[in-house]
Amino acid sequence: MTPADITAALEAKFGDRIKAKKLDAIDPFVVVDAADLVEVCRFLRDDPALRFEILSCVSGVDYFEPDPKKALKAGFEPHVEVVYHLQSFTHRHRFVVKVSLPRWKGDKPGDLPEVPSVTGVWLAADWHEREVYDLSGVWFTGHPDPRRMLLAEDWEGHPLRKDYEFPLEYHGMRGR
Amino acid sequence: MGWLEGRFEESVITSTLEQVINWARESSMWPMTFGLACCAIEMMASGASRYDMDRFGAGAFRATPRQADLMIVAGTVNYKMASRVRRLYNQMPDPKFVIAMGACTCGGGPYYKYGYNVVKGVDLVVPVDVYVPGCPPRPEALLEGLMRIQDKVRGMKDLTKNQPVEVPIPSRTGYVLLPPELSDPDPLKEAEKQNAFAKRTKEQAAPSKA
Repeated sequence: MTPADITAALEAKFGDRIKAKKLDAIDPFVVVDAADLVEVCRFLRDDPALRFEILSCVSGVDYFEPDPKKALKAGFEPHVEVVYHLQSFTHRHRFVVKVSLPRWKGDKPGDLPEVPSVTGVWLAADWHEREVYDLSGVWFTGHPDPRRMLLAEDWEGHPLRKDYEFPLEYHGMRGR
Repeated sequence: MGWLEGRFEESVITSTLEQVINWARESSMWPMTFGLACCAIEMMASGASRYDMDRFGAGAFRATPRQADLMIVAGTVNYKMASRVRRLYNQMPDPKFVIAMGACTCGGGPYYKYGYNVVKGVDLVVPVDVYVPGCPPRPEALLEGLMRIQDKVRGMKDLTKNQPVEVPIPSRTGYVLLPPELSDPDPLKEAEKQNAFAKRTKEQAAPSKA
């Protein structure tokens, strides 16, 4: 199926719950709300015409420009995106689903934005989501094992956030 | 050996006990199998047949710190690994030596500025005897570093003069210098804390008597 067909199938099923779409991108994608994510993913996996069995990748993207002068010209509102790359071996097509989130839950710095975990749909999401949580700071509700993936357990902050501040010391070792 | 030398037949060699011990020690520097990143590939090359670290008696890579004299820290040390490096160092029997191999272990290397998780030099974690710079260093460079360690062993006088192995200069203690807004406001207390830490690390670093 072409990306246009996939998007049409999604829109036929979910209507205006598909918030945005972009078909002329290199990886065509749709944007959905966090609340609808699991439902959309389950449909993408189980629909006989779609059959996205493979979750290739889960990524977190931080849209943020720390420099206020550049932020005016940046062309985006500060937000965090979680990107799901899907692939189907049966029909040999691929597709991207994005979820757009506030940078902090309720705009309170330190409170991580929340997305429902898709580990119930694809088991492969388990470690991907842990990594996104570790580095980009997105909390996946319902994740079976929500620990940090790469950094130490007692690490503070999420390093791939654009406003991350490097630690000055860690357990008695100076940081810079 | 001054006046004693050459007084006997050719098959008799005179020396001091210390020299013999040092000679034995320097000729059997057993390194620990301890590769953290790409430098380890170069360390393996040094141990393999072409560069043949065995010529210097350092080819027996031990898989446990308790049988090793030499720790070659080959590769990037990150904060998660640092406590393990420290623990392995503490598990090695005295006298023990450390080679910091590669730019990352010498001072952070390419990760100095933007590596949020990389220790800026393994000398913040364990005392380092020889630094081998390079990214990664050639096997020849590692062999050179090994020979400098052997020089150091040759200069040890812990038997006759009860002199411990010198702490390498410049030695960094690993003490954290926090910025003024985070550090202790009382300078006297601060200095005391610093002294206590320096003393403690020195004690930890100094080998006991042979």
